Amino acid sequence: MRVRDRLSAALTATLGYLWSGWGAVSSLLLFCALWEWGGQVYGTLILPGPMETFARLGAMFDRGMAMPELVISARRALYGLGLALGAGTLLGLVAGRSLTASMVSRPLVTLLLGMPPIAWLVLAMLWFGMGDATPVFTVFIACFPIVFAGAMQGARTVDNKLRDMARSYRLPWWMMLTDVHLPHVTSYLFPAWITALGTSWKVVVMAELLTTADGVGAALAVSRAQLDTATSMGWILAVLGLLLAFEYLFLEPVKRRVERWRTEVAA
Amino acid sequence: MSVLQIRDLHHRYGATEVLAGIDLDLHAGEVLALLGPSGCGKSTLLHIVAGLLIPSEASLHSSFNRLSCVFQEPRLMPWKTALDNIALGLKAQRVARVERRTRAAELGARMGLDSEDLDKYPHELSGGMQSRVSLARALATRPDLLLLDEPFSALDVGLKAELYALLIDQVRRFGTAVLMITHDLMEAVRLADRILMMAPEPGRLVHEVSLDTVQEARSSTWVYQSSAALMQEEAVRIGFGLAQAEDAGGGAP
Repeated sequence: MRVRDRLSAALTATLGYLWSGWGAVSSLLLFCALWEWGGQVYGTLILPGPMETFARLGAMFDRGMAMPELVISARRALYGLGLALGAGTLLGLVAGRSLTASMVSRPLVTLLLGMPPIAWLVLAMLWFGMGDATPVFTVFIACFPIVFAGAMQGARTVDNKLRDMARSYRLPWWMMLTDVHLPHVTSYLFPAWITALGTSWKVVVMAELLTTADGVGAALAVSRAQLDTATSMGWILAVLGLLLAFEYLFLEPVKRRVERWRTEVAA
Repeated sequence: MSVLQIRDLHHRYGATEVLAGIDLDLHAGEVLALLGPSGCGKSTLLHIVAGLLIPSEASLHSSFNRLSCVFQEPRLMPWKTALDNIALGLKAQRVARVERRTRAAELGARMGLDSEDLDKYPHELSGGMQSRVSLARALATRPDLLLLDEPFSALDVGLKAELYALLIDQVRRFGTAVLMITHDLMEAVRLADRILMMAPEPGRLVHEVSLDTVQEARSSTWVYQSSAALMQEEAVRIGFGLAQAEDAGGGAP
């Protein structure tokens, strides 16, 4: 009975979430309308409309030319992002535990955040050459400070009163971690992770455009050289579509699940 | 028999002395109430006993093993349901999940929280309910020393009476020693075996009152009369900041 209740509650929540997507869909469609209008004013050479772009994207998938490039880019982005999430979260939490470490790292984070990814890219090209390592490193270094700052902020702001309470109940260290620190820190980490995800996609395409011979960025470079605006738009669309799908079909539901104590409305 | 013994306790925040020369004994099964104006160091003393603060100087001896604390604010984990909050101390004692949830639900029910309330998160509960969850969390571990920092101040009168009975029941059944802070003289008179009056700047114990009538025999009339009698005493009036105004009027140093 309880399991069924829980299942039905989860189902209701999921359906409710999907239903709330209509607002997002209509705003996207509005954007498409604007885009179509722009396409009609400027002509297909300058700005192909949404219909044409979607058709081209479909054709690219049919010819088997889109998938391999997307997989390559996704792999690079996820490697870089994965490294940044791991290292950034871990080091950020450690830094947040110590006042000195957070004071030392704050200006460094500002420095790293302020450094344009293109500058890192130039350095990475010199250090790592034209292989996979260059885009992966650039993604890592662009995402790392975002995650680090989020984790540090989360660790710094754990409520001292709750910590005292936990100490007075003699909570063992693993409970301190799972019951006091992690739930609090997660609410800071998730937004940082989502921002990092968006950054990783943007940076990987940029890095590929300038350095590698494969991946979405490289394909974009080719279509640009051929003045093939429709194909360029197709690539852009593919990247955006993947980003939106990953964020709204995976990260956002996970976030809602993890943070239901925060958002649940009073019955 | 377990005992808490404090001798010559001093505590300073920076250069400010907040507690000076505190001597205090607390035995198993005894209820001790600390009364005094705000800022006289009552909470600091409680935090020291709870082991959350190291006193600047003191000889402190305690043979109690399981200590529970109820703070002024409920201090519930916002990410845990009321039930899991109550079960927190049991989880720390590694009681199995099913058992700790059963025990927490039982205790919650005695506090007047139904299963629907227990499934809610703290922000969905009223202030009084949060206080009850916090008290239930403290009682769940069957402590032998219970520290209470004004736990009943957010509750209505009827509920207070029930929780007083619950507390005294706990003391009788498990021999729990209780150290409670309160601003409410009648509450102290109803519950305590001994009342200690504190005075500020620096925080110190100035007066002790023993109440010999057993808690179960204390009728409302007895509580009113005893409280009224206590209010006539000079030390008690000072404790409530009533005598100071007269002192100032009389030009005392």
